[in-house]
Amino acid sequence: MKLTFPHVLLAGLMVSTLSAAPAIGAETVKIGYIDPLSGAFANVGEAGLKQFQFVADDINKRKLAGDVKFEIVPFDNKVSPKESLNVLKNVIDQGIRIITQGNSSGVAGVLIDAINKHNERNPDKSILYLNYAAVDPDFTNSKCSFWHFRFDANSDMKMEAFTNYIAKDPKIKRVYLINQDYSFGHAVARAAKEYLARKRPDIKIVGDDLHPIGKVKDFAPYVAKIKASGADIVISGNWGNDIALLIKAAKDAGLEAPFYTYYGGGIGAMTAMGDAAEGKVKQITEWHANIHPNKTEKFANAFNAKYGGPPANISFYYLRVNNEMYMLANAIKEAKSTDPKAIALKLEGMKYEADTGEVEMRATDHQLIQPLYISTVAKAYHNPKDPKTAKFKGTDPEVKYDQEDSGYGFKTDARIEAYVTAQPTSCQMKRP
Amino acid sequence: MEFFLISMLNSVSYGLLLFMLSSGLTIIFSMMGVLNFAHASFYMLGAYFAYQISGWIGFWPALAIAPLLVGMVGMAVERYGLRTVHKYGHVAELLFTFGLAYLIEEAVHLIWGRSQVPYAVPPSLEGAAFTLFSTDYPIYRVFMMAVSVSMLIGIYLTLTRSRIGLVIQAALTHPQTVETLGHNVPRVFMMVFGGGSALAGLAGVIGGNAFVTEPGMAAAVGPIVFVVVVVGGMGSLAGAFLASLLIGIIQTFSVALDYSIVDLLAKLGITIGPDAPLAVVWNLTISQTGPVLPYLLMVLMLIFRPKGIMGTREG
Repeated sequence: MKLTFPHVLLAGLMVSTLSAAPAIGAETVKIGYIDPLSGAFANVGEAGLKQFQFVADDINKRKLAGDVKFEIVPFDNKVSPKESLNVLKNVIDQGIRIITQGNSSGVAGVLIDAINKHNERNPDKSILYLNYAAVDPDFTNSKCSFWHFRFDANSDMKMEAFTNYIAKDPKIKRVYLINQDYSFGHAVARAAKEYLARKRPDIKIVGDDLHPIGKVKDFAPYVAKIKASGADIVISGNWGNDIALLIKAAKDAGLEAPFYTYYGGGIGAMTAMGDAAEGKVKQITEWHANIHPNKTEKFANAFNAKYGGPPANISFYYLRVNNEMYMLANAIKEAKSTDPKAIALKLEGMKYEADTGEVEMRATDHQLIQPLYISTVAKAYHNPKDPKTAKFKGTDPEVKYDQEDSGYGFKTDARIEAYVTAQPTSCQMKRP
Repeated sequence: MEFFLISMLNSVSYGLLLFMLSSGLTIIFSMMGVLNFAHASFYMLGAYFAYQISGWIGFWPALAIAPLLVGMVGMAVERYGLRTVHKYGHVAELLFTFGLAYLIEEAVHLIWGRSQVPYAVPPSLEGAAFTLFSTDYPIYRVFMMAVSVSMLIGIYLTLTRSRIGLVIQAALTHPQTVETLGHNVPRVFMMVFGGGSALAGLAGVIGGNAFVTEPGMAAAVGPIVFVVVVVGGMGSLAGAFLASLLIGIIQTFSVALDYSIVDLLAKLGITIGPDAPLAVVWNLTISQTGPVLPYLLMVLMLIFRPKGIMGTREG
């Protein structure tokens, strides 16, 4: 039950085939992907897995890591911190030395602790942890670790950008916060209150809800409360079904207030929100399909052509997964080694020309400093010359792509340059 | 006022859905003395069947066919599973239904995958039914309430006015006598079990697209259904009805109450600082503890009134 049976079998098979075939020169590096593949957030975990596999294929095909090939090995942790520790043991037993995880800072927190301990006791079997989405600021501040690298902007960086944007709008007077009740949700709520108090002391926080993560199926009571509070805007760090169902409930009740979200464009959300989101749901991300210039366009189209079909209609979403994997490939090539410590030393301070501009893995705290975009849901552009856009209804050519086959995409409100998003860190990193 | 009315409507619609779920459980329990741990799994099956059928021939046929299919599964379970296990006593029955819940969940994983399925509300039921002050009230919730209420009236009439209902009621208290009168009591039990499962299936059909259809949905509602049955009184339909509404109201309104023990004591002139021992506990608001409140209610009910609101048997 700890690990889905087919995966164990598959991994076993692979080990046996690998040892049977003499591999000369070429080495396969396994990357353990630890995320929910069952339960309330399975759709998010599945989509992330497909992105990792797709970019790993690209790296293998183009030999970006030299002779080293990547293989993504999926592990289901059901977003449970306890389950993740069991999975980590399994990963270690299988001899996998690099893991990646993103969903839930609750999980990320225990993984960092466990990996620190493991690496201290077994320096020759150390594990490298690449975090693509867990954004609790602590991980690159008080809890920072040499073995942990974060490729997403942390929640404080995103909130700084959001509140700068909100502060400029004098019509916003009342703000409602609704977040998941765990470390990340708390971090979002705390940062929102702190930053708004500093930038716009006249703004009143009219609600500060924390609800159990992944448990609420009916957000109608929360929406009734938001409505009653007279909020001008709602800020939410919710992800997965928790944002999709929240906005669905808001749509059903005819709530007018715009949503400033971290993951409004996340997996499944657009499908659930539909036309209710138009002009109302904003997100802050490192990428969306309609940024300009969009150097990821071809890659995203290739991904969508492969996985975009029904029933899930997944759209390319995580540019940071690409950044993470390409930077890992570069680090391996530069280090001429697949040893986690050698890779980590190369990743530290690495500058990389990403599709959205130069990004830097800050050496002091292992936080990637990258440009961010604030964007709003808009109707995708109906181009009379392109039959593929026949069902789109928008008139703005900037919104070229929709998401999840919904007819709605994102339109950029603002780009925030990398250096603007950077924040001071309290990290005092212990290096081995 | 607006908030109160909308929240009241929300609690009633949620409560009615809960009732639809728990009515089957409570009927089965009162008739057969079987506490069916797999009951919520029939709810999940209803949702998945409806998803599959509505993909083929539309939502409306699915609304009728899916519960019937679930009912048939239920009857098969009773006929070929429970009846065989029955002679080994209650513990064996409990364990059987417990295992069945796992079996159904794994079957769902195998057939429909571990992720959620896109089971959506039909377009004809989308949109607002009416606007109260400035809040829209969705058609689908009105539809949910209508289905639950008609089902409630349906069961009531069947149990009290029809011949089958008479036999069922008689078999409940005097199974031997009913058998001597020439009625096939095991068959009555099978139909009751099937009927109870079909009710859960119906709840699944309309609950699955209102919320989410995923393999975890059975585990999510399972415990709350037992709370309804215990609070309402084991085997009492009217009790289950009251308890469902009560829990619907508690869960909906608790969301709105942002008071914690700290606030309460502050009103009495006692202040607790953030450094006080167990400060986290004292700062918990009612809205944060909302999900636990029904269970608290169950524990209190078991302590102070073990037979439940309308239950007839003590202990």
